[in-house]
Amino acid sequence: MTDTARYHRPHTLEGALALLAQGDCRIAAGCTDLFPTTRHKALGGSILDITGIRDLRGITWTDAGLRIGAVTTWSDLICADLPPACDGLRLAAREVGAKQIQNRGTIAGNLCNASPAADGVPPLLTLDAVVEVASASGTRLLALADFITGPRQTALGPGEMVTAVLIPEAALAGQGHFLKLGARHYLVISIAMTATRIVVREGVITHVALAVGSCGPVATRLPEVEAALIGKPLDPALIADRDVATALRPMDDMRATAGYRSIGAAELLRRTLAALRLEEPA
Amino acid sequence: MNIHRTKGQKITLNISGKPRTVDTAPGRRLSEVLREDLNLKSVKIGCDAGDCGACTVLIDGRQECACLVPAIQADGRVVETLETAEPVLRAQLQQAFLAKGAAQCGICTPGLMMAAMELLRETPAPDEAQVEDALAGVLCRCTGYRKIISAVMAATTPAQVQTSPLAGAAVGQAIPRLDGQRKVDGTEVFGADYAPEGALLVRAVRSPHYHAAFTLGDAESWAAQRPGIACVITAADIRGENRYGVIPPLADQPALAEKVARYRGEAVALVVGAAEVVEPLDLDSFPVTWSPLPHALTAEEGAAVDAPLLHGDRPENTLIRGRVACGTPDAALAASAHVVTGRFETSYVEHAYIEPEAGAAWMEGDTLVIQACTQAPVMDLEDTARVLGLSHDRLRIIPSAAGGGFGAKLDVTLQPLLGLAVLKTGRPCRMVFSRTESMQASTKRHPGTMEATIGADAGGQITGMTFHGDFNTGAYASWGPTVAVRVPVHASGPYFTPHYRATSRAVHSHGPTSGAFRGFGVPQAAIAQEMLYDELALACGMDRLAFRLRNALRDGDTSPCGQVMQSVGLVECLEALQPHWEQAQREVAAFNATSATRKRGIGLASCWYGCGNTGLSNPSTIRIGITRDGRLKLHQGATDIGQGSNTVITQIAADAIGIAIDAIDIIGPDTALTPDCGKTSASRQTFITGRAAVAAGHALRAAILRLTNLAGADRMTLHEGRLTVTHGTQTREIGLSDMDPDANGYVIAAEETYDPHTTGLDAEGQGTPYALYGYGAQMAEVEVDMALGTVKTRHIVAAHDLGRAINPLLAEGQIEGGIAQGLGLALMEEYLPGQTENLHNYLIPTIGDMPPVTSILIEKPDPEGPMGAKGLGEHVLIPTAPAILNAIRDASGAKITKVPALPHRVLAAIKASRQ
Repeated sequence: MTDTARYHRPHTLEGALALLAQGDCRIAAGCTDLFPTTRHKALGGSILDITGIRDLRGITWTDAGLRIGAVTTWSDLICADLPPACDGLRLAAREVGAKQIQNRGTIAGNLCNASPAADGVPPLLTLDAVVEVASASGTRLLALADFITGPRQTALGPGEMVTAVLIPEAALAGQGHFLKLGARHYLVISIAMTATRIVVREGVITHVALAVGSCGPVATRLPEVEAALIGKPLDPALIADRDVATALRPMDDMRATAGYRSIGAAELLRRTLAALRLEEPA
Repeated sequence: MNIHRTKGQKITLNISGKPRTVDTAPGRRLSEVLREDLNLKSVKIGCDAGDCGACTVLIDGRQECACLVPAIQADGRVVETLETAEPVLRAQLQQAFLAKGAAQCGICTPGLMMAAMELLRETPAPDEAQVEDALAGVLCRCTGYRKIISAVMAATTPAQVQTSPLAGAAVGQAIPRLDGQRKVDGTEVFGADYAPEGALLVRAVRSPHYHAAFTLGDAESWAAQRPGIACVITAADIRGENRYGVIPPLADQPALAEKVARYRGEAVALVVGAAEVVEPLDLDSFPVTWSPLPHALTAEEGAAVDAPLLHGDRPENTLIRGRVACGTPDAALAASAHVVTGRFETSYVEHAYIEPEAGAAWMEGDTLVIQACTQAPVMDLEDTARVLGLSHDRLRIIPSAAGGGFGAKLDVTLQPLLGLAVLKTGRPCRMVFSRTESMQASTKRHPGTMEATIGADAGGQITGMTFHGDFNTGAYASWGPTVAVRVPVHASGPYFTPHYRATSRAVHSHGPTSGAFRGFGVPQAAIAQEMLYDELALACGMDRLAFRLRNALRDGDTSPCGQVMQSVGLVECLEALQPHWEQAQREVAAFNATSATRKRGIGLASCWYGCGNTGLSNPSTIRIGITRDGRLKLHQGATDIGQGSNTVITQIAADAIGIAIDAIDIIGPDTALTPDCGKTSASRQTFITGRAAVAAGHALRAAILRLTNLAGADRMTLHEGRLTVTHGTQTREIGLSDMDPDANGYVIAAEETYDPHTTGLDAEGQGTPYALYGYGAQMAEVEVDMALGTVKTRHIVAAHDLGRAINPLLAEGQIEGGIAQGLGLALMEEYLPGQTENLHNYLIPTIGDMPPVTSILIEKPDPEGPMGAKGLGEHVLIPTAPAILNAIRDASGAKITKVPALPHRVLAAIKASRQ
């Protein structure tokens, strides 16, 4: 514990941004990623705890769509009244650790931690999520795909923090789904996971978003595979292993082989579509 | 805006309706505040990473891992721990946990109960799925979860009042564990839960390399720059011999490495000082210069001709070889109608008890006292005394409650380190391993590479078997020799095998030291043998159960060691499975007829396991005494690590004496108070300590009868200062308060020893390795996802011949817990040094992975066992993995040759089976 170690817990966003402007500090919210990487009994270094800022918690509707405040927890999301397009996100929330983690961990923190296996990223990619980033000098918006720049890397600059995750109105159409693949039930870092959102009109797909996580340095959408589905009836068989594999850059690790991940991701995508087909109104 | 210095922040928690204010760093883990500042020790620390859930508390009614909560975030909020939660619901849960046997070691129990409380407040009558969802964040390594689920489901329905068994009728009763109350109320004292006031904290500097030479720099100056450090300790401080090991002639492990570190995580120095200074230290700054050296991590690499030798006196890195041979196996195989052969590989498996190693030590006069979690207090004493250069009478080991052991707490870990610190500083000291330290520095299950060939005649009778296993024994000897000896003795499985040759080799590597883990290598060998048995049954065109029945060992058969077997209950176990097997076959076929992507299958495997040391003396001694004030004291030195010795030995002793268990106070284990009951391993405590308890109980009864001049006794009752004995119409009263106590303070006492009769094995492994064996057979039903390779275990039926079920409730708990570990071995557990040193990368089964278990207790008494009882603790794990693997093949065609059967391996095997 050094003398310079400081722990800040401001009650206003302005206060937090002013502190951030003064210099480097780690931003803490649910701490479900911060503490596991801490070998000690207290967080060290300079910490900016943003959980005291009430305005940052909660899910609200705006003219532009849905706004998920930066300290909104997975449990908050599970309990929220959200449209079917968010079902994938809600299913993902239920698979983040177990209840203890869902009660603490935040959606924004999941993005900032930028793990290739972050459960929130694939469903948020299918929802065209936008990350609201603030600093003392202003606010900017980044598409989620531009926000996460690599494994454990984000586009956050000095003095910046995430204040909200936004889901545009247009992306709240249709129905979402999510599937995760791991070697055990509960508490598992996924081998592969897939999120899907689909809009069907008059029997054909008019919009589709497919995303895969844990199969590359960052989770990714699959634009070519998506394009091939547009205008066709919902049919899981339209997803071919080869097309999915082309879109991914998986690696071998202790959880699975790269080849298995590609095959698994394709199979999961087919199953998300099959599940959505069952949910289609007759 | 609040800007908090790291110290001096006042934080107020609302606990039991009262504000409790502490002065702490705002970013300190809430778990630390609760345990250290508020003495709420039911909050257990298993990982400090949110992976195990042992620290689960309720904050404003919601379950959270206290280790992930910065203290400031709990300011002003309602925090509930097991000690401080609302009493009514808590009492209901505690009663249900006790009655259902839902707590074994008890380390995860408080966290589970807090999670359950959140659920039950909203859902008083939850279904199974709701319980699983609510409790999923808490890992349990002992119970297999099923009894926890039933306890939570039953918590809010009125419980049946249990009555204590009558005198002489305790054995066979499913009584709740006698030490259960403190496990369910959070007052049990585990290794990290006690330290004398002012104890200094000990931390170890560990090697980050698999193999490295090192030189220590100017540690004194380093320490001097950090006020509050009391001292630094290195190997140069060791006054005794700097080596320990469970098998004294092979003791090779230094307490602190000298010049060379042989595995990742090996301790090279200790830093001792005030906790608030030592805990936050970045030990990477400690002055040590590492020179990494070439390393071998597998048995194959260790045995390579150019591999660096770990120990100069062990050529080819071979620690030991084992061999059991009889008949002419090569000729028998050559003449067989059917021969199958296979090669199988298993991985390092971590014990993953929820309690990392922890303890405290202090001086009492000239005696060094060490209180730490352990399975083997007397061995700890001998090993630690050797390192410290102390005579045995200057050392006292008090086992704390052990939050799981499963074999790894047989070896000393922090005991010599604590001793060094106390002797150098003269102050009480404590040490608590982090999860990563625990995983790096404790022993593992041996990875095995095994090749076996088994033959059968045209009628399905086994003709012969050959087997060889190379076992990666890691950096130091530990229990490697025991594995190398046990495997060839047991590799035939419990089947009559007239021609047999099994050999083994324990090979050193720079991996973690492999030691004892529930079964000593037999679970690995059973995978090879039982999977080949399935192939052989199919080759013979026989039903797989019928094939096993045909070859099952029977009374009077000779084992490959030449031992004539008695009281073999395997046939009874297999016959008990028969109706389940037939029903499951029908159900599986019906399901598969309509399911393309998901396929179900069933598998079988059996076990046998010799109880106690292999061909070596391993006595237990029990002392029982009656005090002048009329209490009966049972000196029970068998360490209860959750398996239930405190209860089972008491039940046996009570019936041997003929007195009610309520009359008995348990003393120990404590090397100053209890005679040696040996180690809690080898499934030996119920058998061997149980026999000592029978002998001591009978001796005490005889001594009482002598005082009464009665020919027998129908009833013995202890009262304040007197003992009443009734025989028929006669009653005698012994005035205890007038009698002279012996040196131990007892007016009537008995002390008896039992040592099973065995013989050492000759060069061909012939002899009588064990006086008693236990048997079992399990059937697994699985569902395999043919497109993803994932496996769900749907049901296990487990029939175990345990001779006599001293306590059926605890026996079922052993079965379910062993199955959970067997399931982990089969499907998910693979310890990779440097990669899986935490509980999110190293996977053990969660509450969602455990299927329902149907336990069938077969009681074929063994005349050698206490009241006929046999060991059970390790047997229960052995058949599970092969039964699951056989079920996977039955379902999918996938022949798994490397465990764990991770989804990618299963899918690859499915594809291979189609080619």
